[in-house]
Amino acid sequence: MSKYKLLLVSLFFVLLAGCASQDIPDPDPDSTDSTYGSEDGADTDGMDGSGLGEGEAIDYDPSQGELANIIYFDFDSSELQPEDAETVARHAMLLTNDPQLSVRLEGHADERGSREYNIGLGERRAQTVRRLLLIQGASAGQISTVSFGEERPAGFGSTEEAWAQNRRVEIKYTN
Amino acid sequence: MLNQATLRSFIIAICVLSTLLSGVVQAQLIVEITEGIKRRPIAVVPFGWEGNAGDVPLDVASVISADLTRSGRFAPIAEEDMLQKPTSGADVDFDDWSILGVEAVVVGSVTQTGDNAYSVQFQLFDVFGRDQLVGYRMPASRGTIRRVAHRAADMIYEKLTGIKGVFDTKVAYVTAEQGRDGESYSLTVSDQDGENEHKIMESKDPIMSPAWSPDSRRLAYVSFEGNRSSIFIQTLRSGNRIQVSSKPGINGAPAFSPDGRKLVITLGGVDGNLDIYTLDINSRQSKRITTHRAIDTEGSWSPDGRYIYFTSDRSGGPQIYRVSADGGTAERVTFEGSYNARPRLSPDGTRLAMVHLDRGNYRIAVMDVKRKDLLVLSAGSQDESPSFAPNSDTLIYATRPGRNGVLESVTADGLIRQRLASVQGDVREPVWSPFQRF
Repeated sequence: MSKYKLLLVSLFFVLLAGCASQDIPDPDPDSTDSTYGSEDGADTDGMDGSGLGEGEAIDYDPSQGELANIIYFDFDSSELQPEDAETVARHAMLLTNDPQLSVRLEGHADERGSREYNIGLGERRAQTVRRLLLIQGASAGQISTVSFGEERPAGFGSTEEAWAQNRRVEIKYTN
Repeated sequence: MLNQATLRSFIIAICVLSTLLSGVVQAQLIVEITEGIKRRPIAVVPFGWEGNAGDVPLDVASVISADLTRSGRFAPIAEEDMLQKPTSGADVDFDDWSILGVEAVVVGSVTQTGDNAYSVQFQLFDVFGRDQLVGYRMPASRGTIRRVAHRAADMIYEKLTGIKGVFDTKVAYVTAEQGRDGESYSLTVSDQDGENEHKIMESKDPIMSPAWSPDSRRLAYVSFEGNRSSIFIQTLRSGNRIQVSSKPGINGAPAFSPDGRKLVITLGGVDGNLDIYTLDINSRQSKRITTHRAIDTEGSWSPDGRYIYFTSDRSGGPQIYRVSADGGTAERVTFEGSYNARPRLSPDGTRLAMVHLDRGNYRIAVMDVKRKDLLVLSAGSQDESPSFAPNSDTLIYATRPGRNGVLESVTADGLIRQRLASVQGDVREPVWSPFQRF
C-alpha cells in the first residue's frame, strides 16, 4: 500500500474510533411525552434510560491484532503467501515510522538436501521479506539478513510438519 | 543408476557369517556392517615386547587388526585360534597357518630402546607362497607409536590389496548438542578410528562446512558467532585462528585449493545473491567467479587445480557445474535426476561425489568423470556431506536414521558400507584429512 493510502485508511479508523467514543445521548429528562396527562394528579415517571442504545457496526481491523514475527514458506519456495502480506506491511510501517528501529531477518530452510544450498534457500526467503520492507518504506540501513539454512530448526524430525515449521523467516528487532 | 540390491542379502549373510567366525572384538568405531563382501581371512599375531614387564606402550597388533577389520576387506582370526604365536619371521611355521585357512600372517615386536624410545618391527607373510611380502622397522615414542601402528597397517593393507591405506589419517566433524542452556556446537578432530578426539572449537552458534588444508595443518570452517556467518581458518597445533571472510551477508562453503594458498568460498552480499569467489588467503583479495542470479554455492577444486565444481540452481533445481578456476563460462556436469549438489572430486580425479535425490531420498552418489555414469552408494533418506579418503577408495558421509545424525563410510564401488558408531551426539559434516606427513 502506498503511504497515502495507508494514511487515509488510518484516518478513517481514527474517525470511526472517534464516533465510538462519544456518549450515547440520554433521553431528554424534561420531555413530557406521555399519554396520561399530569393535571389528573397522576404522576408518571419515565423509566431510567435503560432502553437499548443505538448500536453501530464494527470493522475487522487487522492492525489491532498481535503482530506476527515469523513468516512461513512452501517447499522449495521463497514466495510470500498472500496471508502474510499484511504482517510484512505492518512491520514496514513500524520501520518507516521510526528510523531508529532496525531488524534482522533470519532465513531458514527445512533439513532436506545439502546444507550450504539450504543456506541459499534461507537467504532467498529473507531477501523476499527484505525487498518487500524496502518497497514499503523501510530504509536499507534498518535491515540486515542472515540465513541459518537448516542449522537452527524450530521443529525436529523428518516429517512434513517439522519441515513446514522450519521453512521460515524470523523478524527480530535488534534495538 | 545402479545399486547393489540384487546381491545384498546374500552378501550380508556371508559377511555376517565371516564376522562371527573371526571373533574379533571391536573396541572403537565399527558396530554395524550394513553392506559387505567376503572378507579375507588373515592373522595378526600379538607382537612381542622387549622391555620392562608391564611397560608396553601399545598393543600394536590390536591396532593393526582393528584397522584391517574396519576396512571391511579382512577378517583377522582370534588369538585363541592361533596354533603358534611367533614374533619374528624365522619362527613362522607355514603349515600351522595353512591349516587355519588364513592367507596372510603378520608377526612383529616392540623393543624399548630408550627412556621414551621404541623400535616397532613387523613382517607380513604370504601363507600359500611361504614368502615374506613386506618387512619394516620404525622408531616410535609413546606419543607416536599409535601412528606407527597405523602406518604398519597401511603397508600391510597396500601389499594385500594394491590400495593405499588410510589408517594414519584423521577426520573432522561437527557435533550439535542440546544442553540445559540451549544448543552448543563443536568442531572435533579425531583419528580415523575414533581415537584421540580433540574438540578444536566450541560455540553456542552453529558451525558448518569444515575443510582440511592440503597439508592437513589447518581447518577452514563457517561460524555463526555473532549471529552472522563468517569464515575462519584455524591452525590445529596452536588453536589459533584467523577470520578470512566476514563480508555483509552470507560467507560460506570454504574449500582449499590444491596448493593451499586459496579458498573457494560463497558470498551473498547485501542482496543475497549467492556466488562463487576465490579468496587469496594471504592477501585476502577475492575474485568473483560466478555472476548468475541463481544460488551458486558449495565450490570445490579439481585436484589438478584447473576447475572449480559447484552447485547451482540456474536451471531450476540444484545441479553440479564446473568452471575454470580463473572464471569463465560454467558448464553443467550432472544430468541425471532433479537434485544434484555438494560436489567433491576424488583426490585421483576420477570420480565426482555428490548428494543426489534418488526416488525421494537424499543419497550419496558418485559419477565417473569420464564415463559419466552415476552410482548411488548409500541407502538412507537424509544422506549428505560426502568426503573422500585420500586414497579415493572410501568415502565418509553423514546420515540421519533417527533424530541424531551419524557417520557412515562406503567404498566408492558401493560394495562395503559401514556405520561408524563411536561418535556421540548429533554428528554432521565429516571431512576426511589428506595423507598426514610425518
